[in-house]
Formats: sequence, C-alpha cells, structure tokens
Amino acid sequence: MSRYEQMFQRLKQRNEGAFGAFLMLGDPDVETSARLLDTVVEAGADMIEVGIPFSDPVADGPVIQAAADRALSSGVRVDDCFGLIAGLRRNHPAVPIGILTYANLLAARGRDKFMADAAAAGADSILVADVPSIEAEPYAATARTAGLDLVMIAAPNTPEPVIRRIAALSSGYTYCVARAGVTGTRDALSLDHDRLFALIRDAGAPPPVLGFGISTPEQVAQGLASGAAGVIAGSALVKLGLDAGALRDLVSAMKRATALPVEQREQHGHFA
Amino acid sequence: MKHDGRFGRYGGCYVPEILVPALEQLEAAFLEAEADPRFAAELEQLLTTYAGRPTPLTLCRNLAADTPARIYLKREDLLHGGAHKTNQVLAQGLLARRMGKRRVIAETGAGQHGVATALAGALFGLETEIYMGADDVARQQLNVFRMELMGAKVIPVTGGGRTLKDAVNEALRDWTASFPETHYLLGTAAGPHPFPTMVRQFQRVIGREARAQVLEVEGRLPDAVVACVGGGSNAIGMFADFIPDQSVALIGVEAAGKGLNGHEHGATILKGSHGILHGTETLVLQDSDGQVSDSWSISAGLDYPAVGPEHAHLKDSGRATYVGVEDDDALAAFQALARSEGIIPAFESAHAIAHALNLARQATEETIIVVNLSGRGDKDMAQAVKLLKDAA
Repeated sequence: MSRYEQMFQRLKQRNEGAFGAFLMLGDPDVETSARLLDTVVEAGADMIEVGIPFSDPVADGPVIQAAADRALSSGVRVDDCFGLIAGLRRNHPAVPIGILTYANLLAARGRDKFMADAAAAGADSILVADVPSIEAEPYAATARTAGLDLVMIAAPNTPEPVIRRIAALSSGYTYCVARAGVTGTRDALSLDHDRLFALIRDAGAPPPVLGFGISTPEQVAQGLASGAAGVIAGSALVKLGLDAGALRDLVSAMKRATALPVEQREQHGHFA
Repeated sequence: MKHDGRFGRYGGCYVPEILVPALEQLEAAFLEAEADPRFAAELEQLLTTYAGRPTPLTLCRNLAADTPARIYLKREDLLHGGAHKTNQVLAQGLLARRMGKRRVIAETGAGQHGVATALAGALFGLETEIYMGADDVARQQLNVFRMELMGAKVIPVTGGGRTLKDAVNEALRDWTASFPETHYLLGTAAGPHPFPTMVRQFQRVIGREARAQVLEVEGRLPDAVVACVGGGSNAIGMFADFIPDQSVALIGVEAAGKGLNGHEHGATILKGSHGILHGTETLVLQDSDGQVSDSWSISAGLDYPAVGPEHAHLKDSGRATYVGVEDDDALAAFQALARSEGIIPAFESAHAIAHALNLARQATEETIIVVNLSGRGDKDMAQAVKLLKDAA
C-alpha cells in the first residue's frame, strides 16, 4: 500500500481529513529549507508537497514565484532539492512527500532519470504543473517504472472525458484546484465542487485534495466540508517566510481544522 | 484537441490542465474559420484596405551591386503598423470576436507586438491589456505611449528578469483565470498548440506573395530565402510556401548578440538544447538543470530564449539552415541598407540583411536572394543614435 493510501486509511479511522503543507525547496536556502520542512511535519501536516524551483513558473502566483526566485538566487540546484527530500524522508519515514514542478526540469535531466532520482530520494509522487492530461501518457509510464504516483490536476471546468483520463493515468491523489487561475491566497473560496467530486468518484480517480487559495483554518474546514479528502495550503505558509514559530502555529491550527463533524463522516468513506 | 500540434518531436500543448479548454476552444474556432470563406474574405479585405497588402518585392539597386547576386526585399516594413505583426493580429482579432471574447491580452518585448495588438484592439473594439517587462517599459516609452494612444493598458511585469519571457509568463497566468472572456493574442509562432500552426497560417501570406512576385519578375524561383528568427513568425511566414521547393535554400538568421561563444546572444537554435517553455517542446537557452537563461540581442524582437517548434523541426530535418549574426554586423547592415537603398530596416530585419549580404559576397555566379524585410527601423531610432554615437 502506498504512503498516500496508508495516510487516507489512517485518517479515516480518526475521522479526519488530510492536511497537506506546501513549501518551496531551497527557500530561502538549503539549510533553512531543511529546518522548515521538519517544522511543518512536526506541527502536524499529514502530507508534504515540495516545489522544485523553476525559472518560469507559469502556474504560480506572486508568492510562490518569489519563493522560487529566492531559492534560485541562493544557488539551489535540482540535486540540492533531491538532497532535501532525502533528509526529510530520513527524519519522517511515513509522511507522503509529493513533488510539484515543471516539465522543463524533467526534460533537462531526462524524464527517466528525474523520476528515478526523485523516487530514490524518497518522494512518493510528482505533479508536473504544465503537463496536462493530453500530454501525460509518457509521464505516467515513466512514473510507473520509477515507482512514483503521478498526480494530476482537475478543476471545476474539467470535462468528464479528461477526468476519466486522469483516473487512468494518475494515482496517489487528485489535485483539485479551488478556483481558476494560479496559486495564491484569496479571501473568498469558491467551492463549487460537487460536480467535480462526483465525476472523480464515478470515474474511480484518486481521492480529491483541494489546493489553490486555502489560507485559513476556516477554509480548511470548508474545503473538507465540500467533500474533499484533504486540502493543501501553499502560499499562506510560504508567505510566513522564515518565521518558523508562525509557520508551526498556522500548520497546527490548520491541522486541527481537519477533524470532521459527525454528519460528514459517512460521506468521506467514498474516497478513503 | 483535433490535432496534437507536433512538428517532429517538437511542439505539443504543455500548459496547466485548467488552460486546456481555452486552447481547445481556440483550435476549434481556428479550424472553423479556416474553412469559412466569409472569414477569409473579411481578413483579405482588411489586409488589403487597412493594412496595405500586397507588400512590394523590391530589388536592391545598390546594396549588392558589386556582386553577381540580386537581393530582393519583401517589404513587410511598408505594412500598416510597420512590421509583419499586423498580418496576424488582424486575423487573431477576427478570431477573438468570432469566439465572443470582449478582451485581448498580449505580451510584448520592445513593444512592437503590443502596438500591433493595440491597433487590433482599437479596430475590433476589444479591451486590450499588454504585459511588458518593467525594464522594457522604462526603455521603450514611445511604444508604451503608442499603445496607450490606441486605448490599450500597459501592465509592467516586475517578476523574474523583467523582460519578454516574464511578460509571456504573466500573460499566461492572466489567461488561466480570464479565458472565458479573454483571448490571449500571442505574438509569435511559438507557445502551445494551436498557436504555432495558427500564426504560421496567418503569416504565410508573406511567402505566398513573395514566391509569386519573384517568379513574375525573374521567371524562376530564388536560390535562397532569408529571414530573421526570434520566436520565428516572420521566418515561418516567409518559408511556409517555399518548403516544397527543394531548390530554394531556407535560411533563418538568429541573433548572435555579442558572440556565440559567450552567453549574451539569442541564438536558440544554434546554441539551445531540448526543452519545454511557454507551452511548447522546442529548443531553449538554459542551464544543465533546465533553468531558462536570459537571452541578449540589440534587437528586442530576437531577444527570446526559445523558438517556435516548427523551426526546431526544420533544423532537425535539414530543410532549413540557421546562422547567427552578431550585434555589430547587424548594425553595419542597418547602416548599409539605409545608405545604399534609402530604406531603414528594423534591427531584427538587419540581421537578415547582413546574412544576405554575406551570401551575395560569396556568390560566384548569378544568385537570387529574397530577404524578408520584416519591419521598419523607426522604432529603433533612439537606440541607433546611442549605439552609433558610442561607436564614433
């Protein structure tokens, strides 16, 4: 059973949704980044999503862009990122670790080698932000060979045939975006996901985890109440920068918000 | 998608899943428009009565007079707007209206594509917003004013290197959230499918006219066709109808900047490696990790670290060859054409002129060369004054 499957099963027994924390690897430098990664796991994050910084991150808003710029300006290389993942894996053997990055970094290293190195470092999944389902087949094949889950993105506007392709090609979880646009925080969360979650369930795609715009514990609870198996916060955490104390407090508060109210427990059984 | 948008191993559609419906809608609208005689008629009428097509093919009287070569210039510099860009902004503007979009966005480097998009926005009554690197906004105040005069809003981009590639990133981000009412009027034959195919189809009028014109005046096909390559739209527009003519050499001229041995150039095909940038699999200037490099050229239009995927394929297949011309040689050709013919080319086009002149000088027998004079040099005057004063 994969670490994602074990996590969803464990959380189901505890009547909790999953809380995922995103951090940019190497932001602002390798040493600080290693410390912040440990901080978010120790503060209660169930799954960790890590960005490997790219010079031209078209799917990201200003906060994540700035994080990638800081990492690259400090001279962080892809090898350093795999080193950080290996360190996190040594310290936390059970936590699922997912990579979020862009296709050009895979093209440069070679797709096979990139995925093999990611798996060897201890990553569980990879999401390539600029590889949509129409281009995903070779990526899915390589991920299978490497032993990684390929995670794919679905949105409220994603048509049903695409959801079926996602079901066929991906594993681990389905990254559902809470709204159109790029990563970043918003005051109001659009939660028109009934149709999307139903399609995911019917197609047998991996459990939906909601990202893009989750910035408060209230939104964590709302996201789970809307039917997601988990939520991911990114920009809201990255914004806190080097303040490990504030990061710990926000992650703990967000994790506490994943306890499911009694009336919702049944409905979550669909995914876990 | 009806087509995969591949040119050999290059091309494709590498965008976030959320953006795929926008590109599918665009492909459908494009294919439908291509099959619709009314679209062709309306575009034809605009190209003739608004933009000034057909553009002439001019024989240089003096430039290569001491050689056995005859150099012809395809005069896209005479097109309304001052460059070939107008051909395809009119076509994409019509498409935007056809799709019921009320707003267009575009990226621009020095501002030429921004100015072209602004004119299309004014003509078709579309709200127009142009993303432009903050450094470029500061350097190109005159073009910023031109865009604003035509009703466009210019948005300075402060992220990344604050130049063209960052403007493309920002336009893509905007489009990810805005596509239900917004068309992204991409400026070159690069980007995700269907842009490379669509922009080629909207620019191939250049080569179609040039081929007929040279046959008319010379009674035969040229020996070589030369065009500068940044993203590659004027070159692919010039090459497209000549591709089946195996006797015609197709030569793309890249910006060799301050020299191909250093890092300050824009010679993606000559010095780049396989990668994926701005939605397409192509050749990219990058480091060994895949971080994209900043390119360099005196001409903003050639200052782009990737290239249209069809050019990468034409290079692989051997059908086209690509060469580099350095800043200094382009500047010399810029002056030479002004002196010998009374025509001031854009810095971009001056790269093509420089290579054509090299070919002419090497020629040992009658040689016919057609150069795409893709734009006029008015936009480069301030920079030319500075460069030529510094050199004096």
